[in-house]
Amino acid sequence: MRFVDEYRDAEKARALAAKIAALCEPGRHYKFMEVCGGHTHTIYKHGLEDYLPESISLVHGPGCPVCVLPMGRVDDAIALAEQPDVIMTSFGDMMRVPGGRGSFFDSSAAGTDIRMVYSPLDALKVARQNPDKHVIFMAIGMETTTPSTAMTVLRAAAEGIENFSIFCNHVMIVPAIKAILDSPDLRLDGFIGPGHVSTVIGCRPYEYIPAEYGKPIVTAGFEPLDILQSVYMLLQQLADGRCEVENQYSRVVPWNGNTVALRAMAEVMELRPYFEWRGLGFISHSALQVREKYAAFDAERLFKLPGVRVADPKACQCGEVLKGVLKPWECKVFGTACTPETPIGTCMVSSEGACAAYYNFGRFSRQRVQEVSIESSRV
Amino acid sequence: MCLGIPGEVIEILPDQPDLAKVDVSGVKRAINIGLLTDDPPVPGDWVLIHVGFALSKIDEQEAKAAMDFLIGIGQAYEDEIAALLESRIDERQ
Repeated sequence: MRFVDEYRDAEKARALAAKIAALCEPGRHYKFMEVCGGHTHTIYKHGLEDYLPESISLVHGPGCPVCVLPMGRVDDAIALAEQPDVIMTSFGDMMRVPGGRGSFFDSSAAGTDIRMVYSPLDALKVARQNPDKHVIFMAIGMETTTPSTAMTVLRAAAEGIENFSIFCNHVMIVPAIKAILDSPDLRLDGFIGPGHVSTVIGCRPYEYIPAEYGKPIVTAGFEPLDILQSVYMLLQQLADGRCEVENQYSRVVPWNGNTVALRAMAEVMELRPYFEWRGLGFISHSALQVREKYAAFDAERLFKLPGVRVADPKACQCGEVLKGVLKPWECKVFGTACTPETPIGTCMVSSEGACAAYYNFGRFSRQRVQEVSIESSRV
Repeated sequence: MCLGIPGEVIEILPDQPDLAKVDVSGVKRAINIGLLTDDPPVPGDWVLIHVGFALSKIDEQEAKAAMDFLIGIGQAYEDEIAALLESRIDERQ
């Protein structure tokens, strides 16, 4: 129990763990999904699963935006970077994500101009500095990054910048949760809702989860105690026969979200009819595209894209990991063919991917990884 | 890119009032505060920053908790700070 030894609020944690154990119905098994990659990180780092009663399992959800980007979109982005006089700009997280034809790093090594930026506003600055080039920003992420992209497009429009566009791959967490609820693979008892995404969208968009699916959801902060507290709140709802949206992270998450951010997103973007999520397949109304009004800033309208769907590598089981059906170490290539240095699947690329978190914080030691891979190769 | 990092507002840039200079673990850079127009931050306030934009105001205690979480993350946080170091959104050219 590393967590208890290391954590400064060990006393509070012990008390919470006892309350959690007391709330568990004998003989019942509970399965809660933590939607956000940040939570996955805390859970692995502090070994929180060891700390919970065995009757509670935490499964990891699709809340890692780099992980859910399908390979075909990476190929489309590389095709954009290959256009004459184009500079592609991207967050660093995106650089190693493999598409069917390699990653941004591979493409850059082959001669395209792909630059890492911290903020979409830095991408806009690249456009100002290079008036003879067209600068495209690889826009990815969920509601934590979408408002920034929207604000940047609004800024570009206000300044009359004509050599800047975005390749919009923004996705939304709520339709993904719905897809998981509709999937027959998994029976869940409740959700630990994302923290920072909720600072933008608030708690209202989750209300369909208890209303239509009869599952409780608690938005949670990122400290170990926050996560234990949210597990406790979920169990308390189940014990009381309640089913609601609750906000454990109210010190940061306002119930109605950030209305300025929501307005900016709605001004610049609209729902796509459907979008492919790696591992989850096509989900209707789950992603955003640039509105007609801002067509001049939409790389998808300005350039012709291959738009070819690329199947994930057969060995890769990111799809099952993203749906919470498999634990990272249950994937056949985890820690052997697929490592953070040579990732096959996206969940191993991003530090918030469940596989990378598991690998790096290995409650599961690398030695044990090897043992498992030997065991599975015998089967 | 998905990480929210806490920063303390040092000043609002006089010539660009939608930008603020913040201090993130000693790194001082400009960020955009246009998403907080309903409750604009002032020097001394702490904000949670995502990809160059302040997304919410937080108190100092929460800022410290967020920083502990990030330091625990290791490489991803170091990458984020390295990226922030390269950021110059206040320079017009």
